[in-house]
Amino acid sequence: MSWSVVQQSIPIFGQAFWLTLKLSFYGIIGASILGLLASFIRYFEMPVLQRIAGMYIELSRNTPLLIQLFFIYYAFPEIGIKLSAQTSGIIGLIFLGGSYMAAAFTGGLNGVDKIQVESGKAIGLTNWQLARYVVLPQGLSLSVPAIAANVIFLIKETSIFTVIAIPELTNTALDQIGMYYHTDESLLLLVIGYAIILIPLSILLTWLERRARYGAFGN
Amino acid sequence: MAHSGINILFEGRNFTRLLGGLWISAKIAVIAIILGILLGIIFGALRTLHNPVLRFVLRIYLEFFRIVPTVVLLFLFYYILPKNFNMNLGAETVAILVFTLWVAAEMSDIVRGGLISVPPHQVEAGEAIGLNRLQLYYYVLLPQSIKLMIPATINLTSRVIKTTSLLLLISVMDVINIGQQIIEANSQHYQNGAFWVYGFIFILYFILCYPLSLWARHIERKELAENA
Repeated sequence: MSWSVVQQSIPIFGQAFWLTLKLSFYGIIGASILGLLASFIRYFEMPVLQRIAGMYIELSRNTPLLIQLFFIYYAFPEIGIKLSAQTSGIIGLIFLGGSYMAAAFTGGLNGVDKIQVESGKAIGLTNWQLARYVVLPQGLSLSVPAIAANVIFLIKETSIFTVIAIPELTNTALDQIGMYYHTDESLLLLVIGYAIILIPLSILLTWLERRARYGAFGN
Repeated sequence: MAHSGINILFEGRNFTRLLGGLWISAKIAVIAIILGILLGIIFGALRTLHNPVLRFVLRIYLEFFRIVPTVVLLFLFYYILPKNFNMNLGAETVAILVFTLWVAAEMSDIVRGGLISVPPHQVEAGEAIGLNRLQLYYYVLLPQSIKLMIPATINLTSRVIKTTSLLLLISVMDVINIGQQIIEANSQHYQNGAFWVYGFIFILYFILCYPLSLWARHIERKELAENA
């Protein structure tokens, strides 16, 4: 292990670090929106859409991200859809994460006591008001732990982006090893890179879980 | 149709080769799951003992395997073992080793969670009739908590199967690696080979994992209905 090599490699790993963060961020935001949408469709049992959401969730949960990415990046151009590697990566992460987020939100929404919904109906709330003022505030806070687990899971999954040559952390490390044989130094920086993102995040999310407990009141 | 893209799957020995690749992935997954579960049960049981050093070490082990992405774990073992420990293992052996340790880490948390959910009066009652530690685990704690562990263990199995897709990265001849070769070898005659081959592998993984997720959900529902 040579420390001067470690020092020299820091800038390029720094770039990779930001790219990993950026792609994770878009992926997680997109996955949360898709997941919330899917869980709403299922919670309010919307006809037809419910079927589609169910099929999407099963397909997404029961296949690996790697093959989803290969399909998006290599097979889509053959049917006329050309996407850049990074766009493919983000879309793949949203496709995968959407179903996990949907499961998290569904768990939260189902955790809201039936009596809450009935009381809402009894005082004459519309479906929209029911969702906005009764189900969502309680359901969301109940789903915080599951969402937190998904966030960490999705950030880790970005390491698979290396297969479509996106220069994120893992890809950068492999590049450095392949080009300069800086094996130990690159692997060290790689692990440190993920640790810097994931350790503080997991502490922060545990704290958030404790704070967001008000949905559990009265149970 | 004179020239349909799906034929790429049946050209020559392509189909048997793909299934052969799937067999390699399945073999690695099955060995790792069996060894990992056994190891995980031991680790999980150890984590319920009141030995602070042991608990700390096993906790660090779990957190390490949780924080570091599986791709990175594979590379760590693949590069570091031969270089720094002079252990030249084949890619498949490295994969089995990494997957086993990873499954053991996740399993230890499932087992620990199950064991500590058994009410303490059960342990006290067992102690009162003179059971020793081992008997306590074997006759009292495990039988009562195993039902809680099963759905999580099935989900873990499904995760391991999905993670075998990463074997390609350390050049194991798995189903995806063979798929890539087939696409390249046939690229002159099949312009949309990637669509059919990757589509086929996508469906293969779905066929393997979907029944497992249905099974896990079925058991969870049954549990809920029994406890209600």
